[in-house]
Amino acid sequence: MNAPANIMRAAALSQPRRFAEGGLIDRSRPVSFRFDGKSYGGFEGDTLASALMANGVKLVGRSFKYHRPRGILSAGPEEPNALVEMRSGARREPNTRATQVELYDGLISASQNRWPSLTFDLRAVNSVASPLLNAGFYYKTFMWPASFWEKVYEPLIRRAAGLGRASGIEDPDIYERVSLHCDVLVIGSGPAGLMAALTAGRAGARVVLAEQDFRLGGRLLDERFEIDDADGLHWLRSIETELESLPDVQILRRTTVFGGFDQRNYGAVERVADHVPVPDEYMPRQRLWRITAKQTVLASGSIERPLVFGDNDRPGIMLAGAVRTYLNRFSVCAGERVLIFATNDDAARTIDDLAASGVNIAAVIDPRPQSSAAMINAAKRAGTKLLADAVIVRALGGRSGVRGAEIKGPDGEQVIDCDLIAMSGGWNPSLHLTSHLGHKPVWNEQIAAFVPDKLPDGMRVAGAAQGSFTLAGALADGAAAGVAAAEICGFDGVSPELPRIAPEPLALTPLWRVHGAKGKAFIDFQNDVTDKDVELAGREGFRAAELMKRYTTLGMATDQGKTANVTGLAVMAEITGSDIGKIGTTTFRPPFTPVAIGAFAGHSRGKYFRPTRLTPMHDWAAEQGAVFVEAGAWLRAQYFPNRNDDWLTAAIREVKAVRERVGVCDVSTLGKIDVQGPDAGILLDRLYCNTMSTLPVGKVRYGLMLRDDGLIMDDGTAARLADDRWLVTTTTANATKVMQHMDYCAQVLWPELDVQFVAVTEQWAQVSVAGPRSRDVLRKLVDASTGISNEVFPYMAAADVTVCGGVKARLFRISFSGELAYELAVPARYGDALIRRVMHEGAAEGIAPYGTEALSIMRIEKGHAAGGELIGQTTARDLGLAKMMSSKKDYVGRVLVQRPAFLEQDRPSLVGFRPVDRNQRLSAGAHFLEVSAKPVIENDLGHMTSVAAWSTLGHSVGLGLLAGGADRIGSIVIAHDPVRRRDIPVEVCHPVFYDPKGEKLRA
Amino acid sequence: MRIVCPHCGERPVDEFVPYGAAGLKRPDASASTSDWLDYVYLRDNKAGMHGELFYHVGGCRAWLIVTRDTRTHAIAEVVAARDQRDAAR
Repeated sequence: MNAPANIMRAAALSQPRRFAEGGLIDRSRPVSFRFDGKSYGGFEGDTLASALMANGVKLVGRSFKYHRPRGILSAGPEEPNALVEMRSGARREPNTRATQVELYDGLISASQNRWPSLTFDLRAVNSVASPLLNAGFYYKTFMWPASFWEKVYEPLIRRAAGLGRASGIEDPDIYERVSLHCDVLVIGSGPAGLMAALTAGRAGARVVLAEQDFRLGGRLLDERFEIDDADGLHWLRSIETELESLPDVQILRRTTVFGGFDQRNYGAVERVADHVPVPDEYMPRQRLWRITAKQTVLASGSIERPLVFGDNDRPGIMLAGAVRTYLNRFSVCAGERVLIFATNDDAARTIDDLAASGVNIAAVIDPRPQSSAAMINAAKRAGTKLLADAVIVRALGGRSGVRGAEIKGPDGEQVIDCDLIAMSGGWNPSLHLTSHLGHKPVWNEQIAAFVPDKLPDGMRVAGAAQGSFTLAGALADGAAAGVAAAEICGFDGVSPELPRIAPEPLALTPLWRVHGAKGKAFIDFQNDVTDKDVELAGREGFRAAELMKRYTTLGMATDQGKTANVTGLAVMAEITGSDIGKIGTTTFRPPFTPVAIGAFAGHSRGKYFRPTRLTPMHDWAAEQGAVFVEAGAWLRAQYFPNRNDDWLTAAIREVKAVRERVGVCDVSTLGKIDVQGPDAGILLDRLYCNTMSTLPVGKVRYGLMLRDDGLIMDDGTAARLADDRWLVTTTTANATKVMQHMDYCAQVLWPELDVQFVAVTEQWAQVSVAGPRSRDVLRKLVDASTGISNEVFPYMAAADVTVCGGVKARLFRISFSGELAYELAVPARYGDALIRRVMHEGAAEGIAPYGTEALSIMRIEKGHAAGGELIGQTTARDLGLAKMMSSKKDYVGRVLVQRPAFLEQDRPSLVGFRPVDRNQRLSAGAHFLEVSAKPVIENDLGHMTSVAAWSTLGHSVGLGLLAGGADRIGSIVIAHDPVRRRDIPVEVCHPVFYDPKGEKLRA
Repeated sequence: MRIVCPHCGERPVDEFVPYGAAGLKRPDASASTSDWLDYVYLRDNKAGMHGELFYHVGGCRAWLIVTRDTRTHAIAEVVAARDQRDAAR
C-alpha cells in the first residue's frame, strides 16, 4: 500500500497508521500494551481501540453466532464488535468495549469468542450452517423431545453462547457507593452539556457535570469545528478552565450516568482506577454515585447509524463519524483509500477531514437520487467522484479487512477498491435516559429518528440528544437549558452571547437497507441479526417491536442495540408497510452501558456485608479463647474450648458445669424494650396471647406474641418494674421485628393508647448465672444479699437492685437452662467489669463460662421452643402451649389461630425424640416416617426441629414436629435424613427430658 | 425513591421498610373468621393512587402512610399514620 506522500509515519514508534502530528494524544508519554499476547505501542490519551488501529490491527473479535471476523465499528459506548477481555487473573473482566478503554502502560487485553485463535476460528463453520441459525432458531430447534432440554440442548447452548469469560475468582478490588445532591445534573460534556453547565454554574447553582469519557468535550474533540472563527478546541479549553474555577461545579470525568430512576434520582458509575493496572492502596476501582438532582440537563449526544448492505460487518467498515474521531482526536489513519457511503450531509465532514489530511478518497456513494450541494462540493474538494443514486450491494474482503465494494448505480454495477468504508445512515439521539421511567420517544420525520417526547420529572434535553444536530443548535440548546434549570432552582440565569458558527448542512434521506444486497446484511452486529431475520420475523407474525426483538434477539446483546434498534424497527415498518412511528420502540432500561456488580455492592461484601454487633463482654470472651457464632447481627460466644477441644467436648463440659455447679453466659444480645405509660398493660395484653396486665410489680412472665394470621411471631419475657413500667425481652434474631410490630400496633392500630416504648438492648449488659450454686455466687455480688433468698426472691421474681457496691442493676429469676438461675443486667458500660467479677466471685463455686452450644443442649433437654421451632409456621398449640392463649381478652392473632386447619388433630406438634440405639446421634432436619414406609412426600409425618448431639441423659435427644405428636408418645418412627443418608429409628417421648416437674429451677 | 418523612424531611427509601396497603379496616374481635381472613390476606392491586405503610426504621420510627401512584411511582402525600388516624376521627 502506498502511503500518501504528505503523511509522515511515526515509524520509530512502529505505529504504522499514526500520523506524525496532531491529535489529543501525549506523544511525550508512549505506553506499551498487549493484545492477544502481542506487544504494541500507543500514547497517553489513546483508547485501546485507537491504539490498536494505530498499529494496523483490524481484526479484533469474532461475532456471537456466526463467529464472523469483526473490526472496530465505532469510537464510543455503542461499539458492538470490539469487545475484549481486560486484564488477567482475578482482575479479568470480559465484554469491555475497546472504544471506551483508556490506554495505560502495561494494559493486557485479549479478544473473545474465538477458538482456537482469532485469525483461525473453528466455530466460523456456524456461518456455513447459517440457514439453520436464523430468527427463532432456538425456539424451533430445541423444542423437543422435552427430556433433551436439560441433558443435551442446554449444555450445548451454554458452551457455544456467551462472549467473554469471567475470572471465576474473587474480585480483589474495592468499590464504593456515594450519594450526591445537586441543583443541576448535566449529563454529557459536549457543546450542549458544556453550555448548560456553564450557564447554570455561572448563575450559582450547584452543578454536577458527568462525562463518560476521560476528557471533556464530546464531539468537540472529534471534529474540526470553528467557533468564533477559531479552533473549537480553544473554546473548549476556555470553558473547561472556567468550569474548573467555579466552586460549585463538580466535574465527574470517566463517569457514565447509566440510569434514571424515580424522583429525580440517577445512578452513575465512575471508573476511578480503570485506567491504571492496579488501583492504589485504598483507592476504589469504581465508584457508584447515587445522584439526586433537582434539575437535569441531558446532553448525551447521538449515535450514528450503520448502513445495511451485503457483508457490511467486514473489518474496515466503520461509522463515518468514528473515522473522524480516530483521525482528529487520535491522529490515526483508519484507512488509506476510503469509500464513503452516506445518506446524509454530515458525512461531508468525513470527506473534508480525510482529504485535508491527505487521505485518498476512492469515491463517495450517495444513495439519494439527487445528492446535495454539500456532498457534491466536498467530493469536489477532495478530488474524488460522487456516485448519486448508488448503493454498495456487497463489501469485498475477509478477515484481513475490506478490500473493495460492489457498487450498483444508474450506470450499472462496478467494483471500487478500498481499504476502509466510512458509512453513515444518519444519527439517533441518545435518548435512553429520557425513557428509563417508561416515557416513549416519538418519531421525527425531518431527521428520520426518534426524539424525546414527554420527559421525566425535572429533566430537559439539549443538543443532539433531542435532535439538534448542529453545533450552533447544541450551544443554543445548552445555554437555554442551563439558564432554565438554574432558574427553577432559584438562581438568576443569564443567557450568554452565543459564539459564531458557520452554517452546517444537515440534509438526510434515510436508507434503511440496501435492496438486492448480496451476502449477509447485518442490522445488529453483536447478536448477528440480519435484515433477513427481521423479514422472517415479519413473515411469521412477530411484528410488534417487543416481539420482533425477542424473536430475532435484535437489540438484546450487551450493547442493547445502540446501533441497531432504530434500523431494525424501520426495516420492520418497511416490510409490513406500516409507519415506524406507530411501531414505536422497545423499552429502554438501565443500565445504559454494563455496570460491574461490584460497584453496586460497594463495601457491602464479605464480613462487611452488614455491621457486626459486639456485646460489652466480647473482649472478655475473646480473652477466654471463645469461638464465636453469628446470631442475628451479633457475634455470640459459641463455646469456650480448652486447648484443642472440639465444640462438643467443650459444650459437654459447660453443660456439666451448669448442671452440677454453676455457669455464666452472656445474654446481652436478647432484645430489650422498655415500655412505659398508663396503658402499657393494655398494649401488652393485646401484643401477647397470654395476659400480662395481671402480673404483679416485681414479677416476670413468659409470653408469646402471635401475628394476625395466628402463627407465633416471637417469644420472650415481660417483667413489671412498676405499675406503669415494663421491660419486655425478645429473641436475639427478632428484636428489630418485634419493635417494628409494637410500633405498628401503637401507631397504626391503637394510637389512642397512652404508652411509649424504646429499645434498650444496647443500654444493658446481661448475664445468666445458672446452676445449683448460682445463688451462692449472686450473694457475693448483690449488695442486699438477704434479698435473694428463695422466699423473698422466688422463681419468676424481678427487682431493681445494686451490685458490687452501688452499681444499679436489674435482677430476674428466670431460667432457660432448667436450673436455679438468675439473669443480672447492668448498664452496658459495666458489662465487662461485671463478667470478670462474676468469674472471680464464682471461682470458689467452680463457675465456668458457657456458650450458645451448651445453652442449646440445655434448652432442648427442657423442651423449650427456640429458633428451630419458632419458624413462622407454628402455632402455640403446635408447641404444646395452647393453654397460654387467653380466652378472656382480645389479642393479635386471636381469631385466626382458631381456624380449622390449625386445629386438625394430625397437625404436627412438638414432641421429644431419643434414638432407639442410644449410641446413634440424631440429625436436625430429618423427616419422620412410619417404620417401613417409603420415603415419599405422602408419607411425611413432620421433621426434627432441634437436636442435641449429647444430653445429660447420656445420649442424643431431639425435638420435632410430628403429626399427631402427643398421641404417639412411646411409639417408634424413622428419622429419615436423605442428606446425610441416615435412617434412624427413634422413640417418641415427652419433650421435657430434664427435670420435668421443674423442681430444680424453683429450688 | 425518596420519601419526605413528616418528621425527618426527605430521606432515601433505604431508611424505610414497606409494609403494604394502608387504611385497612381491622375487624373487631367478634368478627367472623372470614372477615379476618380478608383483612389478613386480601389486597387490592391498584393501578393508580395507592396508600402504603412505610416504617421509618432508620429514622424516627414513625409508621407513615405514603400515597403513591403505582403507575408512575409519583408520591402525592406522606402523613404519619398516627396523625391520619387522628384526622379521621
